[in-house]
Amino acid sequence: MSQAANPAGNDGGTTRRDFLLYASAGLGAVGTALAVWPFLDSMNPAKDVMALAVIEVDLSPIAVGQAITVTWRGKPVFVRHRTQDEIDQARSVSMSALKDPQPDEERAPRPEWLVQIGICTHLGCIPKGQKPSDPKGDYNGWFCVCHGSHYDTSGRIRKGPAPTNMVVPQYAFLDDTTIQIGEE
Amino acid sequence: MKTLIRISTAAALAAGLSLGGTAAQAAGGHGGPELMHPSWSFEGIYGRYNEDQLKRGWEVYAQVCASCHPLDYMHYRNLEGLGYTEDEVKEIAAQFEVRDGPDEWGEMFTRPATPPDAFAEPYENDALAKLANGGVVPPNLSVMTRARDGGADYVYSLMLGYEGGVPEWVHEEDPDFALPPGKSFNAYFPGYAISMPEQLFEGAVTYSDGTEATPEQMAKDVTAFLQWAAEPELEDRKELGRYTLLFLIVFTGVLYAYKREIWKDAH
Amino acid sequence: MSSTPNPVWSNRAIKWVDRRMPIFTLMYNELVVYPAPRNLNYWWNFGSLAGIALVILIFSGIFLAMYYVPHEDMAFASIERIMRDVNYGWLIRFIHMNTVSLFFLCVYIHIFRGMYYGSYKAPRELLWGIGVIIYLVMVGTAFLGYVLPWGQMSFWAATVITSLVTPIPWVGEDLAIWLWGGFGVNNATLQRFFSLHYLFPMVIFALVFLHLWALHTTKSNNPLGVEVKKKADTLPFHPYYTMKDAFGLGVALIALAFFVFFAPNYFNHAINYVQADPMVTPEHIVPEWYFLPFYAILRAVPDKLGGVVLMFLSIAIWLALPWLDTSKVRSGRFRPLFKWFFWLLVIDFCILTWLGAMPAEGAYVTMGQWATAYYFAHFILILPLLGWFEKTKPVPESISAAVTAGHDKEAAA
Repeated sequence: MSQAANPAGNDGGTTRRDFLLYASAGLGAVGTALAVWPFLDSMNPAKDVMALAVIEVDLSPIAVGQAITVTWRGKPVFVRHRTQDEIDQARSVSMSALKDPQPDEERAPRPEWLVQIGICTHLGCIPKGQKPSDPKGDYNGWFCVCHGSHYDTSGRIRKGPAPTNMVVPQYAFLDDTTIQIGEE
Repeated sequence: MKTLIRISTAAALAAGLSLGGTAAQAAGGHGGPELMHPSWSFEGIYGRYNEDQLKRGWEVYAQVCASCHPLDYMHYRNLEGLGYTEDEVKEIAAQFEVRDGPDEWGEMFTRPATPPDAFAEPYENDALAKLANGGVVPPNLSVMTRARDGGADYVYSLMLGYEGGVPEWVHEEDPDFALPPGKSFNAYFPGYAISMPEQLFEGAVTYSDGTEATPEQMAKDVTAFLQWAAEPELEDRKELGRYTLLFLIVFTGVLYAYKREIWKDAH
Repeated sequence: MSSTPNPVWSNRAIKWVDRRMPIFTLMYNELVVYPAPRNLNYWWNFGSLAGIALVILIFSGIFLAMYYVPHEDMAFASIERIMRDVNYGWLIRFIHMNTVSLFFLCVYIHIFRGMYYGSYKAPRELLWGIGVIIYLVMVGTAFLGYVLPWGQMSFWAATVITSLVTPIPWVGEDLAIWLWGGFGVNNATLQRFFSLHYLFPMVIFALVFLHLWALHTTKSNNPLGVEVKKKADTLPFHPYYTMKDAFGLGVALIALAFFVFFAPNYFNHAINYVQADPMVTPEHIVPEWYFLPFYAILRAVPDKLGGVVLMFLSIAIWLALPWLDTSKVRSGRFRPLFKWFFWLLVIDFCILTWLGAMPAEGAYVTMGQWATAYYFAHFILILPLLGWFEKTKPVPESISAAVTAGHDKEAAA
């Protein structure tokens, strides 16, 4: 092998050597980075988890004034079929009375349906108010028994330590009685 | 370096021989004809599945196999891998009933399947499966081509290996061979006596693309489908493999050149 | 040999750390300027290659363990989930499966290289002995890992191998029950095997450091078997051997990638894709290829206890190798008779590998007995006697003398 030495000799040797050094180091770095990616990506949610990340909810069995709780991505989602009273209460509030101002029209594009993640924005408890027998708080919506946060019929924070309104997830109506939660 | 190459080749050959010997032993242990080997689209480093064939294979599975054989570890959503659209998969899934529950009264119930659901099981438990199939549980098919020596060739041959009676060559091999009651003769099954009766008769399936359902056609389609079920990653794997090998060969070439450049001084 | 002066660090952070714990000086001395014999050939690549295989195995194993469930009802399904649903799960699993074969291949070549060039001889007995222990722990780790997929071969391999302890007098039966955590291989066995399969590689990793410590104390052997005497005999480890090792790694990765992407189940047994069934034994129980020679030795003895003892002795005898080989000459290159016997041993080892895959019946049993007898004869008869009778060739005075004299073209390549 030594006999087949580089014919370019010493003068060309330095640049050739530098080039080969940079090529080796560059390819090595790129190769390592590419090889590490599959391992990191394996820690992302697997396909079976992603398949359940978007759910469909049938609204037809929910009568006016009733609410159901569905599980979505491990969290409770409150789906409420609001009465006209509740809608009126939610829509008549002036923005200045709200701690986290947001119009009800934005939170419930179809006024009779309110869909929100049922987690108190204070410290993560699940507020009461889904069942008819539950306390609904001072604003006829939801009441978090952990630290006394009161939410109105639009799920907005009105009184108590919670800083923001309950979160409305991404959802869309597929038809009049079916919603799909979680579509990106 | 030369010795190294020579010896590595010898070692590789020896290893090949001993492993080949294992396979030959496993295959030859029960005699019988050699496996049939049709040409498969998924062979070789450029191997890919043929979606039309997979869809036909799925129809064979759904119309013939599914009544006894489960596809464990698979979900209706996986059918998108056959080329069905999201909506088509929803429709297909809805044709099957899966068990769910308990509901608010504590009862289990059945409902139409949705894409994230696992494939419906043909039997509620192994005891029922045995009861319905002469004391044998029909095996899960989702890893079948990985779980048998010979892979796809074995499954294909088995589908077509039925013969009405016991052929003469078996008696030449073993004069005492007798087919136990309730079993069928299959030339490719270890021991020849298989519990599953022949299934793929002419026209056993109605293909939605109008292909004529000959036994060979159905066997080939369903085998391709089962290969896909066992190795859904195959296309990704081979594609990534081609890029990886290309990269490594270039990289190793550069390393070799650099190594020689450095060692020039040491000689 | 002249020792290099310690480096002076200009980077202030490095300087700060190095004054308090000289880790950078250590790395500089052991990985950069470490004086390696200048005539190491490509057979010397396989030690570092085995080390990298170990790192790949640990790395991929950590990620597999994030999804694998060590439970008799879920293990098989959890691996199918890794293969089907986890992002790149199939890739990680196939890398893990096939790198085991790469690891064992490298280690076997590394061991036989040591045998040919007399790398076990004084003062490297301890270096060699630690290596043998690494191999033993590797065997255990690989066996434990093979059980985890909970396929048919997993289950029955676990049953057969753990039953090896039953012939031990007095305590055998109780020992087996203790190993199983039950009255046969069961869920408790699977869970402890998973725990130990995660632990043992860390033990190997630590042993590798001891191996390297011993190596850097006695310095590397070389194809001539003469000790390094002066600076001209050596080359700094970096860049000469780092680049040579890198090139070797590239070749190994090409081979590994071929199997991972195009024949991922080549070394596996099809039947292991059938979930474990304690009521049905597969027709042929065959271990992985890297265990075959020892499996053949196990089966060569008709007595249950004798077979087990002989199998363990066949590896343990390597520990005694430095004292069994009585020759004054280290490298096989200058031992004309030993060379022949060395290759006979390699062939014998290959025959044992082949026999391990064959059924234990008829001529195979007789062949296995002869091959086993020869294997032991090599170590306890041939090697001690050769030292007395063999007329060795003259050994060059130093490495640099041999290189300049052109004796050693291959070694310098």
